Order: sequence, then structure tokens, then C-alpha cells
Amino acid sequence: MPTSSLNFRAAILSLTLLVVGLLIWEAAIPAQKAVGELTEYELLTGAGQPKAGVPPPSEVIAKAWEQLSNPFYDAGPNDKGIGIQIGYSIYRVLVGYALAAVIAIPLGFLIGMSPLAYKALNPFIQVLRPISPLAWMPLALFVIQDSEASAIFVIFICSIWPMLINTAFGVAGVREDWVNVARTHELNPLKTAFTVILPAAAPTILTGMRISIGIAWLVIVAAEMLVGGTGIGYYVWNEWNNLDLTSVIFSILMIGVVGMGLDAALGFVQRAVSYAE
Amino acid sequence: MKPFLSVENMTQRYPDGQGGELTVFEDATFGVEKGEFVVILGHSGCGKSTIMNILAGLSDPTSGVVIMDGTEVKGPSLDRGVVFQNYSLLPWLSTLKNVTFGVSARHPEWSRAQVIEHSTKYLAMVGLEGDVIHRKPSQLSGGMRQRVSIARAFANHPKLLLLDEPFGALDALTRGTIQDELLKIWSGTEQTVFMITHDIDEAILLADRILLMTNGPYARVAESVEITIPRPRNRTEIIEHPNYYAIRNHLVTFLGKRSKEMAGQKTGEGSNRPTPVRIDTTEPEEPENAPPALRAVNE
Ligand SMILES: Nc1ncnc2c1ncn2[C@@H]1O[C@H](COP(=O)(O)OP(=O)(O)OP(=O)(O)O)[C@@H](O)[C@H]1O
Ligand SMILES: [Mg+2]
Repeated sequence: MPTSSLNFRAAILSLTLLVVGLLIWEAAIPAQKAVGELTEYELLTGAGQPKAGVPPPSEVIAKAWEQLSNPFYDAGPNDKGIGIQIGYSIYRVLVGYALAAVIAIPLGFLIGMSPLAYKALNPFIQVLRPISPLAWMPLALFVIQDSEASAIFVIFICSIWPMLINTAFGVAGVREDWVNVARTHELNPLKTAFTVILPAAAPTILTGMRISIGIAWLVIVAAEMLVGGTGIGYYVWNEWNNLDLTSVIFSILMIGVVGMGLDAALGFVQRAVSYAE
Repeated sequence: MKPFLSVENMTQRYPDGQGGELTVFEDATFGVEKGEFVVILGHSGCGKSTIMNILAGLSDPTSGVVIMDGTEVKGPSLDRGVVFQNYSLLPWLSTLKNVTFGVSARHPEWSRAQVIEHSTKYLAMVGLEGDVIHRKPSQLSGGMRQRVSIARAFANHPKLLLLDEPFGALDALTRGTIQDELLKIWSGTEQTVFMITHDIDEAILLADRILLMTNGPYARVAESVEITIPRPRNRTEIIEHPNYYAIRNHLVTFLGKRSKEMAGQKTGEGSNRPTPVRIDTTEPEEPENAPPALRAVNE
């Protein structure tokens, strides 16, 4: 009862904040672009062009309606629906992320179980981890010679570290008591890894995977601005070049919504594997 | 003939953190017979858990050997079931699955249905039935968790059952119930039990023989006290048995005084065998109401 009423009040407050924010935004726009007040110089330099101004929320909502009612249209390389653009981005993120998981989780297991592997690999991890994923881009473009694969590589390289470190940390921190249970039941190392260590470390591993997907989604936008062609990052940049700020704002919102969705999906898995001691 | 379980010249040393060595115990030597219920009593830190871990095969002594059933103990085995001090249930598995985990490790050839049936039977034996067995350990009380842990160990019919302060965290009432369950299960089998406890009354109720440890460092298993009270024993009736207070006083005196007096003595050469002690006021040659006879028989 008390929580449900708290949730209800929070929802009311959120809605109020949203409406008030939109109203202020809406009200602030006309003052900015009252064309009559512009000087001749401003008119000449194009500052008064309606397209160059920040659009009011009503325009953004209209744009959203228009885009979302037909998200998958494809009218040539520079005019594709928002659904197609987001689809490309999600595809790249998922491929790069899956490749990272396939390498990071087994390697993290090894590092977590073996102090030797930890000590030997730690210097590499410490040096490679702080590198901005975009710094790899030129090298990737040169070596891979393919912008699509380079974008995926950048996602791979940025999502591998949190997963690797969290897996190693989770595996190393598995309670000795639980490992002793496996030992007294004469489980072989593989069985121990799958039936005791993996479930015990799963919540920590999932935390790493959740951080990784967040970073990957941050990075894909920037990567696509660089490589161009398709994807939501390219779309934002392209609309900026067209000076279509309405589309820019709309796509910013979409980036947020998709990011939230990815995080929620992993949050769901995280809750499924978590346990209370 | 060698006893079923034989501990020979077992020594455990740890680095003391200041460059030196800490000797927990040295040349400990004792045996446990098949089917015997042996309880080890001693003050905190004297090395009881260390002994138990070595018997379980979870750690190796600095020197010495443990021989069970004619073979040397090297590493853990399904023949030695352990009930850990802190239950050690796997928190992500349900109560039932914690037991089937053990059963399917012991009997990999069994069908899923067989494993579940066997596990359910042992859970019922410790009083866990119905909905409870599908709950996670975190949703159980301390006493229930302890019973799951006991069911897991018993379901595997280990030849030797190792119990490390299994009832330490329980209230008196639950403790009593589980003690009875433990005795009931044990008396129906050939199993040998080696148990650690801090509770003197619990030790007298359960044990055939109590091993007394002096304080560390250089702790020793100094005495082996036979419990001369016939079975089946009952918590309320044993206190009326003539031997009860004699034995109890002996144990209290040992733990209260002699364990400290004997502490830290390096015993020099050879193996340290416990002195067998038999206290029996009911033996025919003793006159009635005589002071408790204490006979120390040195080997
Ligand atoms: N890994 C270790 N490194 C160093 N010293 C240790 C280690 N394990 C145990 N000890 C020492 O060995 C001694 C015996 O420890 P142990 O856990 O066997 O005691 P215990 O008799 O089980 O005590 P309690 O009744 O409190 O459980 C203690 O003094 C402890 O400090
Ligand atoms: Mg202990």
C-alpha cells in the first residue's frame, strides 16, 4: 500500500515536471525567433531562417509522430526511416558486444581462477582499458579496411573491459565454502565451473555486462558519426548537416529510449540470476 | 588391527605473520572405530576445524597421515560427508536442489525421478516437507538450513560424517529436535560420526567417546573420555543417570582448568596419543554412592 501510493505520487510528479518543462520550452521559442525584430545583418546572414532555430516541442512531437508511424521506409542512402537507422545501430552493438562476451567471460574465468593468469595479464588490461574506444578507429579502418567491421570492432573493444574485469572479480570472489561443497562432492573442474562458480559469480558478471552494454550504446553513436553510411549516429549528424534540428532532437530522444531498453533487458537478466545469501 | 579412521602424527603449522611459525598441534595421533560417534571438545582456536578440514581432505597437514578404511586420505571424497559450520548451502538453488546436487553427484547413473525421490525422503527425515523444499535457503530459518545441510550429507551415505559445530547457531529448542533427528538417522546406519561442538551437554548426549583438546598453540588431543551411559539416551533421562554428573564434572574441570594448565607444552618426541578415561560409578565392584572413580589407563 505505502509503496503503491509512493509510486503513484512519483508518477504524478514526473508527469507534472514533463508538462511544465515542455510548456516552458514551448513558450521560450517564439521570443527567440520573432523575425520582425531581427536586424538587417541577421536577416542577411540567415540567422532568421526558421529552420536554424531550436524547434518548439510541438514540432518535435509532430516529427516523432510522422517518423514513428512509418519507421522502416527506405528512400535511398540519405533518407531512411528511424527504425532502419536504429536497427543498424543495434545490430552493430549486439554483434560487437556478443563477440566481446564470448572472449571476456571465459578469459575472465581464467583470470579469476588463476593468480598466475591474473598477474600476467593485468598489465595489459591496465594499459588497454583506459584507451578511448574511438582512438582505435583509424587503426581499425586501416587494418580491417571496412567501415562496418571497424564500427563493430570499436564496440567490441569498448565492451570487453567491464565484462572481463567483473567476471574475473566475480570468479575470484566466489566463497571458498561453496567451492568446498563442490570439492567434497568430487565434482570435476568443468562441472564445478558450471554448477557452482558460474551461478555464484553470475550477478557480478551481469553487472559487468550491464555496464558494457551502456558503454557500447554510448560509443556506437560517436562511431557512426565517424564512419557514416547508416545508423542512428550517422542520422543525427546528417540531420545536423541538413540543419533539421527537429530531427536531431527527435533522434536524441530515440537514442535515450533505446539505451534505456537495452539496460532494462540486461537488468531483467540480472534480477533473474541474482540470489540472496 | 588399525581402527577405521586413523590419524597418525598429524602436525599443522602456519606462518605466524611475523616471519616465524605457529604450531597449532603437533604429532596428534588418535583413532576412530567404525560406527562410532566421536565428539571433539576444546576451546576456540585450539585447532578443531583444522583437524576436521584435514579429515575431510580439504586441506593437507604440514606432516602426518590420515588413513581411512586402509587407504590414505588424499583430497576430498564422497565417502566423507561434511556438514559445515555455516551450512554452506548454495543460495541460488532451492532446498530440494541443494540436496539433489549432492545425490546426483553420488549417483550419476540415477534417473532424475530417482534422485528427487531419494532427496525428498531425506528432507522429510529431517522434518522438511511440502512447500518448504521449493524455497531458497535465504527464505529458511537457521534451523531449517541446518537440517537441509544435514539431509544433504546423510542422503549420500558417507562412510564418515564430519560435523563442524553443526548446531552452533540454533536456539535450545531447535537444537534438541535436530539432535534427536541426528541420533535417529545415525542409529539406523553403519555410519561413523566425527563432530565438533562447544556444548558439553550436547557432547554427552550424542557421543560414544569425547576427545578433549588442550588450548593452543601446541594443542593436544589430551584425553579420550568414554561416555558410559547406555543408549538410547534421552535428554531428560540422562541427567538422572549416576554417571552423568561424574562425566560432566570431569569435562568441565578439563575445559575450565586443565586445558589451560596443559596448554603450550611442547611434548617432545613421539606421537601424542590421548589418555583413555573411563568413568563408571555403576560398576559392580564400586560401592554405591562412592566418589566417581577416575581411572586413567596409559597405553
Ligand atoms: N590459514 C591459516 N593461517 C594461519 N593460521 C591459521 C589458519 N587457519 C587457522 N589458523 C590458526 O589455527 C588455529 C586453530 O584454528 P581453528 O579454526 O582450527 O580453531 P577451532 O578450534 O576450530 O576454533 P573455533 O572453535 O573458534 O572454531 C587458530 O589459532 C588460527 O589462528
Ligand atoms: Mg572452528
